[in-house]
Amino acid sequence: MKADPAGVLAGAHYLDGDFACGEGAMAAGCRFVGGYPITPSTEVVERMSRRFPMMGGIFIQMEDELASMAAVVGASWTGTKSMTVTSGPGFSLMMENIGLGAMMETPCVVVNVQRGGPSTGLPTMVGQADVMQARWGSHGDYELIALSPQSPQEAFDLTITAFNLSEIYRVPVMFMLDECVGHMTEKVVIPKAEDIEIVPRRLTKKPPGEFFPYRVNGNSVPEFARAGDGYRFHTTGLTHDERGYPVMSADCQEVCVKRLLDKINDNADDIIMLEEEDIDGADVVVIAFGITARVARMGIELAAKKGIKIGFIRMITLWPFPEKRIRELAGKIKAFVVPEINYGQMVLEVERCAGGKAATVSVPHGGGGVHDPDVIRDAIVGAAK
Amino acid sequence: MSVATKERMEVIEEEHPVAPFLRMDRIPHIWCSTCGIGTAVKCYATALEESGVDLDKAAIVSGIGCTGRVAGYMKLDAFHSTHGRAIPFATGLKLGRPELLVTVFSGDGDLSGIGGNHFIHAARRRMDLLVILVNNFIYGMTGGQNAPTTPLTAKSSTMPFGNYEPPFNLPHLAASCGATYVARWTSLHIRRLTKAFKEAIDRKGFRFIEVIAPCSTLYARLNRLGTGFDLMQFYHHSTEIQHGADPAEVDIGFQDKIICGKFVDEDKPMMLDLMHEHYKKTLGDKYVPMPPEGGWLHE
Ligand code: SF4
Repeated sequence: MKADPAGVLAGAHYLDGDFACGEGAMAAGCRFVGGYPITPSTEVVERMSRRFPMMGGIFIQMEDELASMAAVVGASWTGTKSMTVTSGPGFSLMMENIGLGAMMETPCVVVNVQRGGPSTGLPTMVGQADVMQARWGSHGDYELIALSPQSPQEAFDLTITAFNLSEIYRVPVMFMLDECVGHMTEKVVIPKAEDIEIVPRRLTKKPPGEFFPYRVNGNSVPEFARAGDGYRFHTTGLTHDERGYPVMSADCQEVCVKRLLDKINDNADDIIMLEEEDIDGADVVVIAFGITARVARMGIELAAKKGIKIGFIRMITLWPFPEKRIRELAGKIKAFVVPEINYGQMVLEVERCAGGKAATVSVPHGGGGVHDPDVIRDAIVGAAK
Repeated sequence: MSVATKERMEVIEEEHPVAPFLRMDRIPHIWCSTCGIGTAVKCYATALEESGVDLDKAAIVSGIGCTGRVAGYMKLDAFHSTHGRAIPFATGLKLGRPELLVTVFSGDGDLSGIGGNHFIHAARRRMDLLVILVNNFIYGMTGGQNAPTTPLTAKSSTMPFGNYEPPFNLPHLAASCGATYVARWTSLHIRRLTKAFKEAIDRKGFRFIEVIAPCSTLYARLNRLGTGFDLMQFYHHSTEIQHGADPAEVDIGFQDKIICGKFVDEDKPMMLDLMHEHYKKTLGDKYVPMPPEGGWLHE
């Protein structure tokens, strides 16, 4: 369906990444935000709380991030598109109810404008060290989706994508900005509402007596009934059967949890978005995401002057990880070079998928700034030897 | 077959009066015999029936624990959320679809221990929730550990020599944070508890009802207080009914008197009313409230 014009501020704007993300959420139809202030993410909710009263949206400043995430999961069960916004320390607190969202199969979006960590770390300065937490932060086995924008324009566009993916797969989608993208100001073009494609909640058409909240028919994502429509359904964070009733058994666990993994893994090819440049014939492939993707391009230019054939993959989707593509390339190239603003997180996945067939070079940065392009150049040159 | 047995069978064949409100396909429930939670559930179901609430528009949220299982047995839109987070989860439900009657039904450990921060803030902002807290003075599900409500000197599995931490006085906590309706009854005050639930269903804002209930398996056993039924009767007999009592004065001591009654009943606007009023005043015609059926996009 098309976007609700009430939420779409069509036109060309000069926006920072945080504001653009808020605009993307409103364009996507988000009408509930529960959040707690935390630098460098707060501008997102400041923007939305100013515009929400004019479009039937509600922002509530909760008492903490535990409450914010719980409220988002609750609001989503009314069919209202819901989101929360945070940064590292708040992201840690949200993990409990991100797990609940995954277990109850609740569409919602969690924005994390990453700063330097661990703990309070660098509140006003960039980091990309929450990318593993985005995938593994809550306990138990589950799969979800994480996206990483490189610009304010993408902060707008991909927030809409994040909402759409959360509806299609009924998962919390982690929207992983970093402080640089959140606070950089660039031109952002917001299309007209009729040019924005929105995925609505897939409400069941079955009558209440015939509806089971977690029954799947070939499709691995169940239909949704929202609270207040007479279905009188039950849902729980406990391991459950297709009725949403708790069943404490290894058999039920297998069925319940396996599907949470399969619905993402089986559709990984549809979910994963990569931007590839000059891959054919490359000796070295640089893999980066977020602000680091923009810095890496400069490192690549510098290294290319030395005659090295360099390919580039920008990961837009961080999770599910583009496993297949990395495996394919590993047999054909000499090395992967992975700069990221952490001490080596996504590089672990690259290394795993490369399986020893290509060298894997980590280019770490502890946070608080971006890489010096020369460092990336040197890593590429070293890898090409 | 004796006449008595035959009559008994006939009685059993009759549907329980609140069966239509329960998920009978999940009965038998997990609660111990003579646990006080069951009667609180019965009173709640009766109150729903007698107040003529549209059950399609009633949602219930529980946290984790013995009382945390209540949502799972009620035939409403029912959410068994995470430990302590029933109130914020319910806040999202209510704000996402303002027409819903949202009840939070959970235990003392869940709502006043791990969820204590959410409790005080929901009361402060007058979130439109009916909060039913079953207080059995202990963590039941995990095996009888000390709770924020355990009376001084009472024994728990983690205070085997008796509790020395002063407990919460929950009606006082709720009232001082802004609750619009505050009452306390024991799980044997069937009629009064039902009436309190009915009244609270009709009120707006943060309505808080504390139900003092025996935990037969742990609290009664650890403190050598006899069976659950002995304890239920003891609580009932120890009750002093004092409507309008100052909530600051209704502390509960170990095996001491329990002051019950309706302590607060105020007609005040709830959070959404305050919000609408404020936005209408400050934004005028530009204000677009969320529709009662929620903020979802109609196709
Ligand atoms: S452990 Fe205590 S509170 Fe839990 S069901 Fe048994 S008697 Fe009730």
